[in-house]
Order: sequence, then C-alpha cells, then structure tokens
Amino acid sequence: MYDFAYHRPKSVADAVALLKGKEEARPMSGGMTLIPTLKQRLAKPSDVVDLGGVKELAGIKVEGGNVVIGAMTKHGDVATSADVKAHIPALADLAGHIGDPQVRNRGTIGGSVANADPAADYPAAVVALNATVTTNTGKHAADGFFKGLFETALGEGEIITSISFPKPEKAAYMKFPNPASRYAMVGVFVAKTASGVRVAVTGAGPSVFRVKAMEEALSKNFSSDAIKDIKVPATDLNSDIHGSAEYRAHLVGVMARRAVDKANK
Amino acid sequence: MAKLHVSTTINGEPQEFLCDAEQSMLDVLRGPLGLTGAKEGCGTGDCGACTITLNGRIVCSCLMLAAEAEGQEIGTIEGMAGEELHPLQQKFLESAALQCGICTPGVLMAAKALLEKNPDPTEHEVRFWLAGNLCRCTGYDKIIRAVMDTAADMRAAR
Amino acid sequence: MTSATGIGARVVRTEDKRFLTGTGRYVDDLPLARATYAYFLRSPHAHAKIKSIDISAAEKSPGVVNIFTGKDLVDAKVGGLICGWVVKDKNGEPHKSPPHPVMAVDTVRYVGDTVAMVVANSYDEAKDAAEAIRVDYEVLPAIVDLAKAFDKGAPQVHAEAPGNLIYDWEIGVKADVDAAFAKAAHVTKMDIVNNRLIPNAMEPRAAAAEYDKGTGNYTLWSTSQNPHVLRLILSAFVLGIPEHKLRVIAPDVGGGFGSKIFCYADETMVCWAASRVGRPIKWTAERTESFQTDCHGRDHVTHAELALDKDGKFLALKVETIANMGAYLSTFSTAVPTYLYATLLAGQYTTPLIYANVKAAVTHTAPVDAYRGAGRPEATFVIETIVSKAAAELKMDPAELRRKNFIPAEAFPYQTPVALQYDSGNYPPIIDEAMRIADYAGFEARRAEAKSRGKLRGIGFSSYIEACGLAPSQVIGQLGGGVGQWESAQIKFNPTGNVQVITGSHSHGQGHETTFAQLVHDRLGVPMDQIEVVHGDTSTTTFGMGTYGSRSLAVGGSAIMKATDKIIAKGKKIAAHLMEADVADVVFENGTFKVAGTDKAVPLAQAVFAAYVPHNYPLAEIEPGMDENAFYDPANFVYPAGTQICEVEIDPETGIVEVIAHTAVDDFGNIINPMIVEGQVHGGIVQGVGQALFEGAVYDKNTGQLLSGSFMDYTMPRADNFPSFKLGYKVTPCPHNPLGVKGCGEAGAIAAPAAVMNAVHNALAPIGVKHVEMPATPLNVWQSIQGAQRAAAE
Repeated sequence: MYDFAYHRPKSVADAVALLKGKEEARPMSGGMTLIPTLKQRLAKPSDVVDLGGVKELAGIKVEGGNVVIGAMTKHGDVATSADVKAHIPALADLAGHIGDPQVRNRGTIGGSVANADPAADYPAAVVALNATVTTNTGKHAADGFFKGLFETALGEGEIITSISFPKPEKAAYMKFPNPASRYAMVGVFVAKTASGVRVAVTGAGPSVFRVKAMEEALSKNFSSDAIKDIKVPATDLNSDIHGSAEYRAHLVGVMARRAVDKANK
Repeated sequence: MAKLHVSTTINGEPQEFLCDAEQSMLDVLRGPLGLTGAKEGCGTGDCGACTITLNGRIVCSCLMLAAEAEGQEIGTIEGMAGEELHPLQQKFLESAALQCGICTPGVLMAAKALLEKNPDPTEHEVRFWLAGNLCRCTGYDKIIRAVMDTAADMRAAR
Repeated sequence: MTSATGIGARVVRTEDKRFLTGTGRYVDDLPLARATYAYFLRSPHAHAKIKSIDISAAEKSPGVVNIFTGKDLVDAKVGGLICGWVVKDKNGEPHKSPPHPVMAVDTVRYVGDTVAMVVANSYDEAKDAAEAIRVDYEVLPAIVDLAKAFDKGAPQVHAEAPGNLIYDWEIGVKADVDAAFAKAAHVTKMDIVNNRLIPNAMEPRAAAAEYDKGTGNYTLWSTSQNPHVLRLILSAFVLGIPEHKLRVIAPDVGGGFGSKIFCYADETMVCWAASRVGRPIKWTAERTESFQTDCHGRDHVTHAELALDKDGKFLALKVETIANMGAYLSTFSTAVPTYLYATLLAGQYTTPLIYANVKAAVTHTAPVDAYRGAGRPEATFVIETIVSKAAAELKMDPAELRRKNFIPAEAFPYQTPVALQYDSGNYPPIIDEAMRIADYAGFEARRAEAKSRGKLRGIGFSSYIEACGLAPSQVIGQLGGGVGQWESAQIKFNPTGNVQVITGSHSHGQGHETTFAQLVHDRLGVPMDQIEVVHGDTSTTTFGMGTYGSRSLAVGGSAIMKATDKIIAKGKKIAAHLMEADVADVVFENGTFKVAGTDKAVPLAQAVFAAYVPHNYPLAEIEPGMDENAFYDPANFVYPAGTQICEVEIDPETGIVEVIAHTAVDDFGNIINPMIVEGQVHGGIVQGVGQALFEGAVYDKNTGQLLSGSFMDYTMPRADNFPSFKLGYKVTPCPHNPLGVKGCGEAGAIAAPAAVMNAVHNALAPIGVKHVEMPATPLNVWQSIQGAQRAAAE
C-alpha cells in the first residue's frame, strides 16, 4: 500500500466533511474491495475515511412495508437478521452466500452497493426489489442508480446511509458462483411485488440489468414455465476464462427459472 | 507520516502499538507484536490463513487495517488454548487433522467461531463455513470430521 | 514389537502441538535483528529484449539499501541455475541446455522472469523503489501455446534450442509396436491434454539469509524440501560459496508438493546479496509471485493409441507426447516427462509392447517441473483414460477389461516393456475391494434415481501404478540423473538414554517427526517422548537427499532401520561385556539385551550410559559413545498401486460436476501410521480432483499474461467441493526394503484425475458427449454438451 492518512469519524457529517475536504479521499466501509485494491497498489488515495466508527449507519429496522438496512450493516448481520428473514428471506439468503464468513463479517451492504462491482450480489436485490438508496444528500430510486461498471449515481462526497427494501410478495435469488472467486458469474433476483414482477441480473454484464421480457411473461404467469423459451442475447455480456458470453446468457435463463421455482416454494 | 498510536485488546490483554496507516493488522501482529501464529497465505482475503477474531467475529487480518483495532477486541490463535488445549485443538491433535500447519491457525479460529454460534452443525454446514479457509494438504476430510466430532463432544459435555 | 505407539499404530503427531498453538517456526516467522527486505522486480512481458535498466531514481528512493540487476551477477561471475538431469535424445545426444541466468541479462522469457532485486529497510520501501526502476523493453512475439511450439515460424525461446525443441526422446521399439497394431482386432485412439497446474502450497516460498563477516559463513533459511541439495547446487554450480561455509536451514515448511524441491532465482539472490548488503535479508513471495514463478506442473499434449485383440487383451500401446518445459529448464524438469512418465506406461497391465515418443518444448511460460506425482499422474491419466475408452467402445465393463489385463500376482517380479521391474503387487483384490466399498453393483440404480432428478450420474475407475523412491543410484546415474538417490540417518543417543534421530529427508507436512520416531520406538523400545527427530538443517544433519517422490519412508525410513541395526549390534557388545556373556548369546527384545536361557538383562539405556561413562566397558574392542550413521541406497524403486472409483453427478443445464463419492483402495506395503497415511491419501485425492474439475493455469495465447494468476481466477479446491472419502488397503510388502513399505504421498493425486474424468465421460455418454477436456469446469462441460447436441442435430 502507498501511504495515506487514516481517519475514523464518528458521524456522517464528519465523514462527509473529511471526504470533501481532502484531495483524493476514499471512504472505507468494509474494506473488502478497497484494501485489496490498495494492497495491489491500484489506487493511491491521500486519505482513507473509515466509516466503521459511524454508529448511526449500522442496523436493520422495519418501517411500514419496508426493511431499512443501514449502509454499514454487515452481510453476516443481514443474513442472520430475524427481521430480514421474516420479511424478505431471499435477501437474507443472498447475504448469507456472499463470499465466506470472514468477508460476511466485514463487508457491508452500503459498500457493496456503492462499489457497484459487476459481479456483486446486492445490486440484483436492490434493482429487483425496487429498493430506495438513501444518502446524506437525498434518495435514489433503484432504476438508474447503477450506471455501469463500478459506476453509480452517487456524487462527490455523497455516501449511502441506508437502503430501503419494500417487502415483496415472493422473491428468490439464484446465484451461479464463479468457481474460483465465488462472486456471481450470473446471479438472478426475481421478485413479485405489489407493483409488478422484476427480474434483475448481476454478474453477467458490465452492470446489473433487468430482463423485461421475463418480467412481462412472469407478470402474466409467475411460473418457470412462463420464461422457459425466453433467451437473453449474449451480446454485451461478460466473457472470461470461467464463462463465455454465450454461457452466461444461457445461465441467466437457467438461474431465472430456478429463482422463480424457489420463490414459489 | 507520523505513526498512529493504537490501544486495543489482544487475547484479553490490553495492548498498545504504533503503526503506519497502511499497515494491516496481520503485519502488526506478525511484526512488532511477535504473534506469528496467523499466517499470510495470499494477502488478499482469499485463503483464510490469517483469520483472527474482531470483537468475537472472524475476519481476515490481512484485510484489516491495524488502525481499525483501536478500542476493539482482537483474538488470535495464540489465545485459543488456556492451560489445556481448546477442545478443537485437542481433537485436531488426536485425529491428525492438519499436516503442514500453515492453514491450521485460521481453520481453528474459523471452526471455533462456527461452534460458538452453531453447536450442532451438519457436515454441509461445516464444509460451507470453512470454504473460506484453503488447505492444500489434508483434503479437508479430517478437518471436517474433527470439527463435527468436537461439536458432538462439546454437546455431550454440556 | 506391537505397541500402542509402534509400527502400525495411530500415533498422535509429535509436531502438531506447535502448529495447533501458532508456535510453529516457518521462514517468514523468523525474527532477524536489523533485517532488510527484498522485493523482486519481475518481467511484465512474456518475451522482450531488455534495452536498458535505469536504477538511478530508484536508488534515491527512501529506505533503499541496494539494488542488483542481472549485470551485477555477470560481473560477479555468478553461474546460472542448473538442470540436474541429462536426458539423451533418440540419437544419444544430450538435451539442449539453454542458459538460465539467475536474473535476466538481456532478454526476459516469461511473465515473472526476475529482472532486478531491491533491498530496503522495509518491504514497502523496496516495492516503492522497484516502481522507480525504469526498464526499457522491446516487446517480442511470444509462444505460449504448447501445441504450436514446434510450428515453423513460432517465436523462438532460446537460440540454443532451435525450433524450441529440448529433446526428442523415445522408449520402446516403434516397428514392433506398429506390427502389433497391424494385427489388432480393435484400436482405441485418443487425444488429450494434461492441464497445467500451479502448486500453491499454502506457505508461499520464502528465503532469509545472513552473512557473518567474522567467519565468512552464510546462513540461508529457505522453504526447501531438500536443504542439502539446495546447498550443493548453490555451492557447486551457482554461487561458488564453499559448502562448509554455507548453512541451509529449512525449518517448518508449509507444504511443498514438489514446488519447493528446486533451486530458484530469488533464494539464490537473497543468499548472494547477504554478504554485499551486510545485514540480514528477508523475502517472502506474494501469492501473485507464487503463481507466476513457482514451477508449474503437468502440461502435456498427448496422442495415444491402444491395440487390443478380439478378446480385449492389450497388444500394444503407442503414445506421443509434447511436454512443456516452460521458459527455462528447472532443476529436475527433463526427467519428469521421460523417466518418470513413459516408464510407467505399462500401468497395472501386461501390455507386451509399448512405444512412447516425448518431445520437450520450451515456451514463454514459467518453468515446469515436478509437481505431486511428477510424470506418474500424466502416465496414469493416459493409460486409465484410454482403457476406459476402449471398454466403452467394446461395450465391456471397465472393471472387467482391467481385470482381463492385470499383471497376475504370480508374475512378480514383473519386467515391463518400458524398463521398470515391478517388485511386488496383487492387483485383482484391490479393484474387488474398491468395487465393494463403492457399491459398484448398486450403481445403475443410483444412476436411474439421479436421472429422475434431472441429473446425469457417472462412475469412473482408475487403477494406477507408481514408482516411488527413485533408485538405485547407479541406475539413476546411467539414466542421466545428477545426484545419488540414497538417504542418510543418524541415531544419536544422549547419556541419559533419550535419542536424536537425524534424517536427511525433510518434513513439510508429512509427519516424519512422528513416523520416524515410531520406527525407532518400535525397534529400540525407546519411549516416544524420549525421541526427537531432527531434520532440515545442513549444520545439524548428515548430508541427505530430502523429500520428494514419496521416498522418505521407503528410503529415509530404511536408512533409520539400518542405523538401528548398528545401535543394536554395538549394544550387544556392551551388554555382553556387562553381563559377562558371549556376544553370540545376547539377544535384543523389547528394548533389553538378554542372554537366552538366563535372567541376565541389560536395558538399552544402561548400555547407552555405559557407552558414555565407560568405566566398565570393553574399550579395547569398541569405541565409547552410542551414535551411529547409516546410508541406504535402495535396490529398486517401490511400486505402490491401487484403484480409485469416483462417482459424479452432472447438472446438464449448468455443466456443474459434483463428486458424490470417491473411493480409494491402495497397496502401500506395510503401513507405519494409518492416520498419517489416510491424510496423505485424502490430500492427494483433492489435488487430483482439483486437476480434473477445477484447476488450470491459463496464459493468454497472444500476450503470455497469466490469466489465472490469483485465487480469484485459479480455482482451488475448497472444503465444500467434496464428500468424505472412503479408503481401503491391501498389503503386499515391498520385498527389498527392511520395512516392507512403498510410499503413499502421491497416490491420491496420481489416480484421481482419470477416475474423475472417466466418471464424467460415463455420465455424459448417454447424451452423446464423446470428450470433455480437463479440467471439467462447468463451462467446459456445458460447451461439450452443446457440441454434442449440435452434432446430433446435424
């Protein structure tokens, strides 16, 4: 790692002030991506602002029809939360299969969503459940939040404070993990909500995306049969030593059908 | 840059140290603190050999800044045994659930954390929990059995 | 003697308490006062000319102590790294031997080739400085695709190896084999790739060195499997430091699997630079460096043909293999695809005629050398895949075809057509036992049940033979091996009766400290806790050959037995004196010398005490002291054999292969500690299944970049990839070593790949899939299924 100055603010306001006041400051939530990036010398921030001391950012509460998860809530806490398990078991299931226990004890939902790794799991849940991302400056709807590879709608000095997930009628997440890294090579989150069906895919493309054809078919008939003939084009999908674009396109169909079956169980 | 002064607790004992912002917890444990039980197998959080506990929860110390330890409680393999070996250590010993020993401290820390939250895990649960700890020697077989057997012994002793 | 802690007992490992409590001492754990830290600048290119290296800015970087480049080594007349096995080609010419500079001088030949060494006060400072080194490269085209290495116009790796050919070697008489093929009722043909692997011992390679100006002595701590051999190479060929001035210590070492046998550039540099820097130097590889610079394993492209008569008897086997050596010839690289591969192609079968042709190629990739099994997994994969393929083509049961061709028990010792003489074995009961444990009879019912769940279930056999404990030295010398293949042992009693057992082999996970103590305990009756096994330090141990090729017990253990013989012989003389008896009448039983038919007895400890306090002692006949040395040079290899049966289920929609059950029945000869042996088999199976299903080193075919260069991209076997394994044993003791042992360290990794891949092919055959390349990753399996479906549609 290159040299940097380390800060551990206690409030969101202090954190934001630090992030805005420094030349090349980077926030650190769980550090599960940032620290390896620093160790590989792929980033050279002047300052690292550790959000771990900001108590107001952690915690899970149920507010009306929503489960609201603080940005600094760790994956392991989402996975084992009685509230999440009761209201959105698919989200608990997703969180319980991120990385390994060591990662789940450190990585946070806010960090994952802000980082927008194309292979991260949470973006699929955010989009499929039509969640609202709350920041220190305002709110972002799920659609439009993820803009591309490691790119979001977050502005300078803007940090996520919580994410609000509306309770779905039914939902499930199916992941095909990369055999080596266990990140999602293809992850499909399917949700049937009061406002319609959403199918969100992570891992397959440069950023999470919805499959409208599947959503329409599932709106009429929420069964895996309804989408068995829907193919996702391989164009623009990721390709690497573990999966060609064609294979990923195929897996989107398989994982989507399995997610629907799981949601219907 | 000036060194950071960190006050923490390691294996139940208060501990102060100086570190650079960019030093990992693992660097400080293995270097100035002389606690070389945690190993660096990859430095990127993929192998689990550096597993320690942070406030009772397992983390990869290679992906934790030493500065983050301020005011927290750290547990390492050196603190696992008291006068006697921990039941997991004893079972690993009796069943040769280790070979070269590099992954062993991390595996033990992870297994201990599992049994603390789930005293009756299935084989599948043990295997899934330990998937973050790479071992190149044992083929995992004896490790999994030792953890299952320890869990059974600890349940019986309760 | 049978006891709770003697031969055959499940003795708790002596070494484990330190590993379990975090108090093991590995190279990187060493506290060295005033240490400096080394960082190596590696080539980012697969092939490039170095036009210039400018270190002027780097030298001014904070904390820098010294920077060295290849030119400094040329100026200091440092030798190159060596290949210690001369293989003679078809025409009797020695293999091409291109130079292997410790650090690149004018050309880099793989991504990771060493370019400069920075020594600084801290590791981060060394790394900072390395970033300031300006290397002007002229990037050249690279050859990384083994199958194209000999193509006309392929980029050339070394001028000394025209056409990238290191040797064109053969064994057997081609004309005889061709004649047999002409008469065959059936010929099975096969093209296979044995995928390239990265060893990934969990402890990265590391080295530390210090130089004592007062004495001129160097001490090198290295993660080595064979510290004496490393010292010999460094002294005699590379650095010229006299052997007695160089102490090499391999303390606790965290796994090797072959990758820590060899003499590497970085440890060489750390040692050499220690005297120039004047302070201790520490270096530990980052995992990325391990991926890029540890010697890789396997990497063969093979065409094989098996000729059978109308009854299914094997008539002849023909094998053509291209073996990748990487960019430079590593320490034992040349022997792996020849004497450790082609000589094993008879397998467990009576195949009367075998011809193998092996061409070794250099490419712009990391050097390739021995990795767990070294040649024997590749041979087993060829034989056991083609035999199962032949069975499928002939619609025969794969176990039946194997049985039909097994070497019968009464045929031992059995001379194969490929040089080796198998000393002992009895193969049919092994496969019977494996089939019983695996419930082969119930397989079709399980297949049907899986089908009802949409899964394809398959079962696969692999009946392997291996040759372990390279020997005897004279034969190895005739074949081009550069070292002896004996092992040393010393049994050194202290006056109070406890004992040091000093071995020239080295334990890096195998549990020698326990197994070897069991031998001495069993033979001499010394309690286990009174025995200390010492290894790994050239200053405290007798010269030894180290640990590789499953040799330690068969060769090193036998040396220990020889030393115990000498202890007993000397003890008898002392006891005879003390008992005033004739030596010929003294017997040694349960740790005590006795005179048969009397109640006279002298415990060994008493004889030992007398030897060190020789007040009442036959000084005229024998020397004081109880300290005996032995060297053991085996008469032959040992030949472990066994059968593995793997059962898999495949999800045809995703291509995921799941290992449902894996059975291994082995004949390792006599077993000293079953608990340790089980662990060796388990670990070997996982490495073998890893090769079959997960692992593969992938280089970009154009740029030569290592695409599988981290745990994020190289799939390591993890705990949730496996079921528990089912093991069994059959024993035919080795007839030529005193313990009757054969060696168990590599068997799992040798047999498993073929067992898994045969199961995969068996599972996929009903849907028309003919071939899946190893590793059978989900992508590979899915693509194979797609290919079969397309072919069926056409």
